[in-house]
Amino acid sequence: MERQHKNKQKRLSGRFKNSNLAQAWLVLVLALVFGTALAAVQVNLGHVIEANKINETLAQIPQLVFGADAARKMDAGNVPVEIIPGTMAIQKDGRNAYYSLFRVDRDGALAGWVIKARGQGYADTIELLIGLDAQAKTITGLFILEQKETPGLGNKIGTVRWRSQFVNRATDRPLVVVKRGSGRPDAIDAVTGATISSRSVTRIVNRTIGDLRGKLMPEKIQFSERRSK
Amino acid sequence: MAKSLTQEFVKGLWNEVPPFRLVLGLCPTLAVTKSVENGIGMGIATTFVLVCSNVLISSLRKVIPSKVRIACYIVIIATFVTVVELVMQAFAYPLFLKLGIFIPLIVVNCIVLGRAEAFASKFGVFRSFLDGLGMGVGFTLSLMALAAVRELFGTGFLTFWVTPIRIFGPSYQPFSFLVEAPGAFMALGLMLCLMNLVGKK
Repeated sequence: MERQHKNKQKRLSGRFKNSNLAQAWLVLVLALVFGTALAAVQVNLGHVIEANKINETLAQIPQLVFGADAARKMDAGNVPVEIIPGTMAIQKDGRNAYYSLFRVDRDGALAGWVIKARGQGYADTIELLIGLDAQAKTITGLFILEQKETPGLGNKIGTVRWRSQFVNRATDRPLVVVKRGSGRPDAIDAVTGATISSRSVTRIVNRTIGDLRGKLMPEKIQFSERRSK
Repeated sequence: MAKSLTQEFVKGLWNEVPPFRLVLGLCPTLAVTKSVENGIGMGIATTFVLVCSNVLISSLRKVIPSKVRIACYIVIIATFVTVVELVMQAFAYPLFLKLGIFIPLIVVNCIVLGRAEAFASKFGVFRSFLDGLGMGVGFTLSLMALAAVRELFGTGFLTFWVTPIRIFGPSYQPFSFLVEAPGAFMALGLMLCLMNLVGKK
Protein backbone atom coordinates (compact mmCIF):
# COMPACT_ATOMS: atom_id res chain seq x y z
CA MET A 1 0.00 0.00 0.00
CA GLU A 2 2.66 2.48 1.13
CA ARG A 3 4.94 1.51 -1.72
CA GLN A 4 2.21 2.19 -4.23
CA HIS A 5 1.71 5.66 -2.75
CA LYS A 6 5.41 6.46 -2.98
CA ASN A 7 5.55 5.25 -6.53
CA LYS A 8 2.67 7.48 -7.42
CA GLN A 9 4.43 10.49 -5.87
CA LYS A 10 7.56 9.68 -7.78
CA ARG A 11 5.62 9.44 -11.00
CA LEU A 12 4.01 12.82 -10.38
CA SER A 13 7.24 14.64 -9.64
CA GLY A 14 8.85 12.83 -12.56
CA ARG A 15 6.05 14.02 -14.79
CA PHE A 16 6.61 17.60 -13.71
CA LYS A 17 10.34 17.32 -14.33
CA ASN A 18 9.73 15.98 -17.79
CA SER A 19 6.95 18.42 -18.66
CA ASN A 20 7.71 20.84 -21.45
CA LEU A 21 7.45 23.89 -19.27
CA ALA A 22 9.94 22.72 -16.65
CA GLN A 23 12.36 21.80 -19.40
CA ALA A 24 11.90 24.91 -21.44
CA TRP A 25 11.87 27.62 -18.78
CA LEU A 26 15.51 28.51 -19.30
CA VAL A 27 15.10 28.78 -23.07
CA LEU A 28 12.18 31.13 -22.56
CA VAL A 29 14.00 33.23 -19.98
CA LEU A 30 17.14 33.39 -22.13
CA ALA A 31 15.12 34.39 -25.19
CA LEU A 32 13.42 37.15 -23.22
CA VAL A 33 16.61 38.52 -21.66
CA PHE A 34 18.59 38.38 -24.90
CA GLY A 35 15.75 39.79 -26.94
CA THR A 36 15.70 42.82 -24.64
CA ALA A 37 19.48 43.15 -24.81
CA LEU A 38 19.41 43.02 -28.61
CA ALA A 39 16.71 45.66 -28.74
CA ALA A 40 18.98 47.90 -26.68
CA VAL A 41 21.90 47.31 -29.08
CA GLN A 42 19.64 48.00 -32.05
CA VAL A 43 18.40 51.26 -30.51
CA ASN A 44 21.97 52.39 -29.89
CA LEU A 45 23.40 51.42 -33.28
CA GLY A 46 20.32 51.91 -35.47
CA HIS A 47 21.08 55.48 -36.47
CA VAL A 48 24.72 54.66 -37.34
CA ILE A 49 23.57 51.77 -39.55
CA GLU A 50 20.97 53.96 -41.24
CA ALA A 51 23.62 56.64 -41.88
CA ASN A 52 25.92 53.99 -43.42
CA LYS A 53 23.18 52.93 -45.82
CA ILE A 54 22.47 56.51 -46.84
CA ASN A 55 26.19 57.16 -47.37
CA GLU A 56 26.40 54.04 -49.55
CA THR A 57 23.62 55.48 -51.71
CA LEU A 58 25.16 58.96 -51.79
CA ALA A 59 28.57 57.56 -52.76
CA GLN A 60 27.08 55.95 -55.87
CA ILE A 61 25.23 59.02 -57.11
CA PRO A 62 27.96 61.03 -58.93
CA GLN A 63 29.00 58.07 -61.11
CA LEU A 64 25.38 57.29 -61.95
CA VAL A 65 25.01 60.72 -63.50
CA PHE A 66 28.48 61.45 -64.86
CA GLY A 67 29.84 57.92 -65.39
CA ALA A 68 32.50 56.19 -63.31
CA ASP A 69 35.59 57.74 -64.93
CA ALA A 70 34.28 61.28 -65.00
CA ALA A 71 33.07 60.99 -61.40
CA ARG A 72 36.51 59.85 -60.26
CA LYS A 73 38.20 62.74 -62.08
CA MET A 74 35.73 65.24 -60.68
CA ASP A 75 36.33 63.87 -57.21
CA ALA A 76 40.08 64.37 -57.64
CA GLY A 77 39.65 67.77 -59.24
CA ASN A 78 37.31 69.01 -56.50
CA VAL A 79 34.49 69.92 -58.88
CA PRO A 80 31.59 71.04 -56.68
CA VAL A 81 28.77 68.50 -56.95
CA GLU A 82 25.66 69.00 -54.90
CA ILE A 83 23.23 66.19 -54.14
CA ILE A 84 19.82 67.28 -52.93
CA PRO A 85 17.51 64.53 -51.72
CA GLY A 86 13.80 64.93 -52.32
CA THR A 87 10.55 63.04 -52.65
CA MET A 88 7.84 63.05 -55.29
CA ALA A 89 4.32 61.66 -55.30
CA ILE A 90 2.88 60.47 -58.62
CA GLN A 91 -0.68 59.65 -59.56
CA LYS A 92 -0.98 57.54 -62.67
CA ASP A 93 -3.69 55.21 -63.96
CA GLY A 94 -5.44 55.45 -60.61
CA ARG A 95 -2.48 54.33 -58.56
CA ASN A 96 -0.25 56.31 -56.28
CA ALA A 97 3.48 55.99 -56.48
CA TYR A 98 5.96 57.60 -54.19
CA TYR A 99 9.58 58.06 -55.19
CA SER A 100 12.63 59.25 -53.35
CA LEU A 101 15.05 60.88 -55.69
CA PHE A 102 18.15 63.02 -55.77
CA ARG A 103 18.73 66.16 -57.78
CA VAL A 104 22.39 66.39 -58.82
CA ASP A 105 23.83 69.83 -59.46
CA ARG A 106 27.23 70.66 -60.89
CA ASP A 107 28.59 74.18 -60.52
CA GLY A 108 25.15 75.24 -59.36
CA ALA A 109 23.33 74.02 -62.49
CA LEU A 110 21.09 70.96 -62.82
CA ALA A 111 23.17 68.06 -64.17
CA GLY A 112 20.97 65.03 -63.69
CA TRP A 113 18.68 62.97 -61.52
CA VAL A 114 19.05 59.77 -59.53
CA ILE A 115 15.88 57.90 -58.64
CA LYS A 116 15.50 55.14 -56.09
CA ALA A 117 13.11 52.44 -57.26
CA ARG A 118 12.08 49.03 -56.05
CA GLY A 119 10.08 46.08 -57.26
CA GLN A 120 9.71 42.33 -57.06
CA GLY A 121 12.63 40.25 -58.32
CA TYR A 122 12.91 36.48 -58.65
CA ALA A 123 13.72 35.85 -54.98
CA ASP A 124 12.99 39.06 -53.13
CA THR A 125 12.53 42.78 -53.60
CA ILE A 126 15.16 44.42 -55.77
CA GLU A 127 16.10 47.98 -54.89
CA LEU A 128 18.03 50.04 -57.41
CA LEU A 129 19.18 53.51 -58.36
CA ILE A 130 18.56 54.89 -61.84
CA GLY A 131 20.59 57.82 -63.15
CA LEU A 132 19.02 60.16 -65.72
CA ASP A 133 20.32 63.23 -67.52
CA ALA A 134 18.96 66.69 -66.74
CA GLN A 135 16.08 66.42 -69.24
CA ALA A 136 15.41 62.76 -68.29
CA LYS A 137 15.91 61.79 -71.93
CA THR A 138 18.67 59.21 -71.51
CA ILE A 139 19.64 56.77 -68.82
CA THR A 140 23.07 57.64 -67.44
CA GLY A 141 23.55 54.82 -64.97
CA LEU A 142 22.08 51.92 -63.02
CA PHE A 143 23.10 50.54 -59.64
CA ILE A 144 21.60 47.64 -57.68
CA LEU A 145 21.35 48.62 -54.02
CA GLU A 146 19.77 45.46 -52.68
CA GLN A 147 18.97 42.06 -54.18
CA LYS A 148 18.77 38.47 -53.03
CA GLU A 149 18.72 36.79 -56.45
CA THR A 150 20.21 33.32 -57.01
CA PRO A 151 24.00 33.40 -56.38
CA GLY A 152 25.92 32.66 -59.57
CA LEU A 153 22.98 33.35 -61.88
CA GLY A 154 20.52 36.09 -60.96
CA ASN A 155 22.92 38.04 -58.80
CA LYS A 156 24.90 38.87 -61.97
CA ILE A 157 22.41 41.72 -62.45
CA GLY A 158 24.75 43.54 -60.06
CA THR A 159 27.81 43.25 -62.31
CA VAL A 160 29.11 46.35 -64.05
CA ARG A 161 29.06 44.48 -67.36
CA TRP A 162 25.35 43.76 -67.27
CA ARG A 163 24.33 47.08 -65.74
CA SER A 164 26.28 49.11 -68.28
CA GLN A 165 23.87 47.96 -71.01
CA PHE A 166 21.35 50.45 -69.66
CA VAL A 167 23.69 53.42 -69.99
CA ASN A 168 22.90 55.80 -72.87
CA ARG A 169 19.52 54.22 -73.63
CA ALA A 170 16.77 56.65 -74.63
CA THR A 171 13.86 56.89 -72.27
CA ASP A 172 11.16 57.53 -74.91
CA ARG A 173 10.20 53.86 -75.23
CA PRO A 174 10.26 50.90 -72.86
CA LEU A 175 13.26 48.55 -72.91
CA VAL A 176 12.75 44.92 -73.88
CA VAL A 177 14.66 41.89 -72.58
CA VAL A 178 15.97 39.54 -75.30
CA LYS A 179 17.95 36.31 -75.03
CA ARG A 180 21.07 37.60 -76.72
CA GLY A 181 22.46 40.25 -79.00
CA SER A 182 19.66 41.50 -81.24
CA GLY A 183 21.34 44.90 -81.54
CA ARG A 184 18.03 46.72 -81.35
CA PRO A 185 18.32 50.10 -79.62
CA ASP A 186 15.72 49.13 -77.00
CA ALA A 187 16.96 45.57 -76.34
CA ILE A 188 18.62 44.45 -73.13
CA ASP A 189 20.42 41.09 -73.17
CA ALA A 190 19.21 38.78 -70.42
CA VAL A 191 21.73 37.30 -67.98
CA THR A 192 22.15 33.69 -69.12
CA GLY A 193 20.01 31.47 -66.91
CA ALA A 194 18.39 34.40 -65.18
CA THR A 195 15.74 35.74 -67.53
CA ILE A 196 13.33 36.50 -64.69
CA SER A 197 15.85 38.56 -62.73
CA SER A 198 16.78 40.45 -65.91
CA ARG A 199 13.12 41.10 -66.73
CA SER A 200 12.44 42.24 -63.18
CA VAL A 201 15.15 44.90 -63.30
CA THR A 202 14.06 46.06 -66.75
CA ARG A 203 10.43 46.20 -65.63
CA ILE A 204 11.34 48.33 -62.60
CA VAL A 205 13.36 50.68 -64.81
CA ASN A 206 10.56 50.95 -67.41
CA ARG A 207 7.88 51.57 -64.81
CA THR A 208 9.92 54.20 -62.98
CA ILE A 209 10.80 56.06 -66.15
CA GLY A 210 7.19 55.79 -67.35
CA ASP A 211 6.03 57.30 -64.09
CA LEU A 212 8.51 60.13 -63.96
CA ARG A 213 9.25 61.11 -67.56
CA GLY A 214 8.22 64.66 -68.23
CA LYS A 215 7.43 65.24 -64.57
CA LEU A 216 10.93 65.77 -63.23
CA MET A 217 10.61 69.49 -62.66
CA PRO A 218 12.23 71.04 -59.61
CA GLU A 219 9.04 72.88 -58.65
CA LYS A 220 7.09 69.60 -58.40
CA ILE A 221 9.51 67.98 -56.02
CA GLN A 222 9.67 68.34 -52.28
CA PHE A 223 13.32 68.78 -51.42
CA SER A 224 14.50 68.20 -47.92
CA GLU A 225 16.66 70.79 -46.26
CA ARG A 226 19.59 68.45 -45.89
CA ARG A 227 22.25 69.00 -48.51
CA SER A 228 25.50 67.13 -48.89
CA LYS A 229 28.63 67.39 -50.95
CA MET B 1 44.36 13.43 -18.15
CA ALA B 2 43.73 17.11 -17.52
CA LYS B 3 45.39 19.60 -19.79
CA SER B 4 47.15 22.67 -18.46
CA LEU B 5 45.51 26.03 -19.13
CA THR B 6 48.14 26.92 -21.73
CA GLN B 7 47.44 23.67 -23.54
CA GLU B 8 43.74 24.50 -23.70
CA PHE B 9 44.63 27.65 -25.60
CA VAL B 10 47.42 26.27 -27.76
CA LYS B 11 45.55 23.19 -28.97
CA GLY B 12 43.28 25.38 -31.12
CA LEU B 13 46.28 26.79 -32.95
CA TRP B 14 47.72 23.57 -34.31
CA ASN B 15 46.69 20.14 -32.97
CA GLU B 16 42.97 20.84 -33.15
CA VAL B 17 42.87 23.84 -35.52
CA PRO B 18 39.24 23.89 -36.69
CA PRO B 19 39.19 23.86 -40.52
CA PHE B 20 42.32 21.79 -41.10
CA ARG B 21 42.43 19.31 -38.21
CA LEU B 22 38.84 19.06 -36.98
CA VAL B 23 37.59 19.78 -40.52
CA LEU B 24 34.82 21.95 -39.07
CA GLY B 25 33.47 25.28 -40.29
CA LEU B 26 34.25 24.55 -43.92
CA CYS B 27 31.33 26.54 -45.32
CA PRO B 28 32.74 29.99 -44.43
CA THR B 29 36.28 28.69 -44.99
CA LEU B 30 35.48 27.98 -48.62
CA ALA B 31 33.16 30.91 -49.21
CA VAL B 32 34.81 34.00 -47.76
CA THR B 33 38.50 33.36 -48.38
CA LYS B 34 38.65 35.34 -51.60
CA SER B 35 40.71 38.05 -49.90
CA VAL B 36 42.74 38.19 -46.69
CA GLU B 37 40.57 41.07 -45.50
CA ASN B 38 37.44 38.91 -45.68
CA GLY B 39 39.26 36.13 -43.85
CA ILE B 40 40.31 38.46 -41.03
CA GLY B 41 36.80 39.92 -40.72
CA MET B 42 35.11 36.54 -40.66
CA GLY B 43 37.71 35.17 -38.24
CA ILE B 44 37.33 38.02 -35.77
CA ALA B 45 33.52 37.83 -35.92
CA THR B 46 33.59 34.08 -35.29
CA THR B 47 36.17 34.43 -32.50
CA PHE B 48 33.98 36.96 -30.71
CA VAL B 49 30.95 34.67 -30.93
CA LEU B 50 33.00 31.62 -29.87
CA VAL B 51 34.53 33.28 -26.80
CA CYS B 52 31.28 34.88 -25.61
CA SER B 53 29.11 31.82 -26.16
CA ASN B 54 31.69 29.50 -24.58
CA VAL B 55 31.91 31.69 -21.47
CA LEU B 56 28.15 32.06 -21.10
CA ILE B 57 27.33 28.41 -21.79
CA SER B 58 30.04 27.26 -19.39
CA SER B 59 28.72 29.53 -16.63
CA LEU B 60 25.17 28.27 -17.21
CA ARG B 61 26.14 24.63 -17.67
CA LYS B 62 24.68 23.54 -14.30
CA VAL B 63 21.23 25.09 -14.94
CA ILE B 64 20.78 24.20 -18.60
CA PRO B 65 18.45 21.16 -18.74
CA SER B 66 20.08 18.44 -20.80
CA LYS B 67 17.03 17.79 -22.99
CA VAL B 68 16.80 21.34 -24.31
CA ARG B 69 20.50 22.18 -24.19
CA ILE B 70 20.79 22.60 -27.96
CA ALA B 71 17.93 25.11 -27.97
CA CYS B 72 19.64 27.04 -25.16
CA TYR B 73 22.96 27.04 -27.03
CA ILE B 74 21.31 28.31 -30.19
CA VAL B 75 19.55 31.15 -28.34
CA ILE B 76 22.87 32.20 -26.78
CA ILE B 77 24.86 31.88 -30.02
CA ALA B 78 22.23 33.62 -32.14
CA THR B 79 22.22 36.57 -29.74
CA PHE B 80 25.95 37.11 -30.06
CA VAL B 81 25.83 36.68 -33.82
CA THR B 82 23.15 39.34 -34.08
CA VAL B 83 25.28 41.66 -31.94
CA VAL B 84 28.23 41.08 -34.29
CA GLU B 85 26.00 41.70 -37.29
CA LEU B 86 24.72 45.01 -35.92
CA VAL B 87 28.17 46.16 -34.83
CA MET B 88 29.62 45.34 -38.25
CA GLN B 89 26.82 47.18 -40.02
CA ALA B 90 27.52 50.18 -37.84
CA PHE B 91 31.33 50.27 -37.89
CA ALA B 92 32.56 48.12 -40.78
CA TYR B 93 29.81 48.52 -43.37
CA PRO B 94 31.87 47.79 -46.54
CA LEU B 95 33.19 44.59 -44.98
CA PHE B 96 29.66 43.64 -43.92
CA LEU B 97 28.49 44.05 -47.53
CA LYS B 98 31.28 41.74 -48.72
CA LEU B 99 30.70 39.00 -46.15
CA GLY B 100 26.94 39.28 -46.59
CA ILE B 101 24.97 36.19 -45.66
CA PHE B 102 27.95 34.47 -44.02
CA ILE B 103 27.78 36.67 -40.90
CA PRO B 104 24.25 35.54 -39.89
CA LEU B 105 25.30 32.00 -40.84
CA ILE B 106 27.82 31.94 -37.96
CA VAL B 107 24.80 30.75 -35.91
CA VAL B 108 24.98 27.38 -37.62
CA ASN B 109 28.78 27.27 -37.78
CA CYS B 110 29.62 23.85 -36.39
CA ILE B 111 32.77 25.11 -34.65
CA VAL B 112 30.71 27.32 -32.36
CA LEU B 113 28.06 24.70 -31.58
CA GLY B 114 30.73 22.01 -31.45
CA ARG B 115 32.78 23.80 -28.81
CA ALA B 116 29.63 24.53 -26.79
CA GLU B 117 28.58 20.87 -26.77
CA ALA B 118 32.00 19.24 -26.56
CA PHE B 119 33.78 21.66 -24.27
CA ALA B 120 31.93 24.55 -22.62
CA SER B 121 29.14 22.31 -21.31
CA LYS B 122 31.69 20.21 -19.38
CA PHE B 123 34.43 22.56 -18.22
CA GLY B 124 34.84 25.70 -16.12
CA VAL B 125 34.45 29.27 -17.30
CA PHE B 126 38.12 30.21 -17.61
CA ARG B 127 39.03 26.98 -19.38
CA SER B 128 36.14 27.51 -21.81
CA PHE B 129 37.26 31.06 -22.40
CA LEU B 130 40.77 29.87 -23.33
CA ASP B 131 39.35 27.09 -25.48
CA GLY B 132 37.11 29.52 -27.36
CA LEU B 133 39.91 32.04 -27.81
CA GLY B 134 42.36 29.38 -29.04
CA MET B 135 39.87 27.90 -31.48
CA GLY B 136 38.88 31.38 -32.70
CA VAL B 137 42.47 32.51 -33.24
CA GLY B 138 43.25 29.20 -34.94
CA PHE B 139 40.23 29.64 -37.22
CA THR B 140 41.22 33.23 -38.04
CA LEU B 141 44.81 32.24 -38.87
CA SER B 142 43.57 29.34 -41.03
CA LEU B 143 41.23 31.63 -42.97
CA MET B 144 44.05 34.14 -43.43
CA ALA B 145 46.44 31.46 -44.66
CA LEU B 146 43.96 30.01 -47.15
CA ALA B 147 42.84 33.47 -48.27
CA ALA B 148 46.44 34.60 -48.71
CA VAL B 149 47.19 31.66 -51.01
CA ARG B 150 44.02 32.16 -53.04
CA GLU B 151 44.28 35.93 -53.32
CA LEU B 152 48.02 36.08 -53.97
CA PHE B 153 48.05 33.50 -56.75
CA GLY B 154 44.54 34.28 -57.97
CA THR B 155 44.99 38.03 -58.34
CA GLY B 156 48.61 38.94 -57.55
CA PHE B 157 47.39 41.25 -54.77
CA LEU B 158 46.97 40.95 -51.00
CA THR B 159 44.28 42.94 -49.18
CA PHE B 160 44.89 43.21 -45.46
CA TRP B 161 42.65 46.18 -44.86
CA VAL B 162 40.59 48.01 -47.53
CA THR B 163 43.35 48.71 -50.09
CA PRO B 164 44.89 45.86 -52.09
CA ILE B 165 48.69 45.74 -52.11
CA ARG B 166 50.40 44.57 -55.29
CA ILE B 167 52.79 41.71 -54.52
CA PHE B 168 53.57 40.34 -57.97
CA GLY B 169 54.48 42.72 -60.80
CA PRO B 170 52.07 43.70 -63.57
CA SER B 171 53.50 41.02 -65.84
CA TYR B 172 52.16 38.28 -63.52
CA GLN B 173 49.35 36.27 -65.12
CA PRO B 174 46.99 35.44 -62.24
CA PHE B 175 45.36 32.01 -61.85
CA SER B 176 41.97 33.71 -61.54
CA PHE B 177 40.51 30.22 -61.19
CA LEU B 178 41.76 30.21 -57.59
CA VAL B 179 39.43 32.98 -56.46
CA GLU B 180 36.43 31.18 -58.00
CA ALA B 181 34.51 28.48 -56.15
CA PRO B 182 36.32 25.41 -57.57
CA GLY B 183 39.65 27.01 -56.70
CA ALA B 184 38.52 27.18 -53.07
CA PHE B 185 38.11 23.41 -52.94
CA MET B 186 41.48 22.80 -54.60
CA ALA B 187 43.29 25.24 -52.33
CA LEU B 188 41.64 23.75 -49.23
CA GLY B 189 42.55 20.23 -50.36
CA LEU B 190 46.16 21.20 -50.90
CA MET B 191 46.30 22.94 -47.52
CA LEU B 192 44.92 19.82 -45.79
CA CYS B 193 47.51 17.77 -47.63
CA LEU B 194 50.29 20.07 -46.51
CA MET B 195 49.07 20.07 -42.90
CA ASN B 196 49.06 16.27 -42.87
CA LEU B 197 52.54 16.09 -44.40
CA VAL B 198 53.96 18.51 -41.83
CA GLY B 199 52.11 16.86 -38.95
CA LYS B 200 53.28 13.38 -39.88
CA LYS B 201 56.14 12.05 -37.80
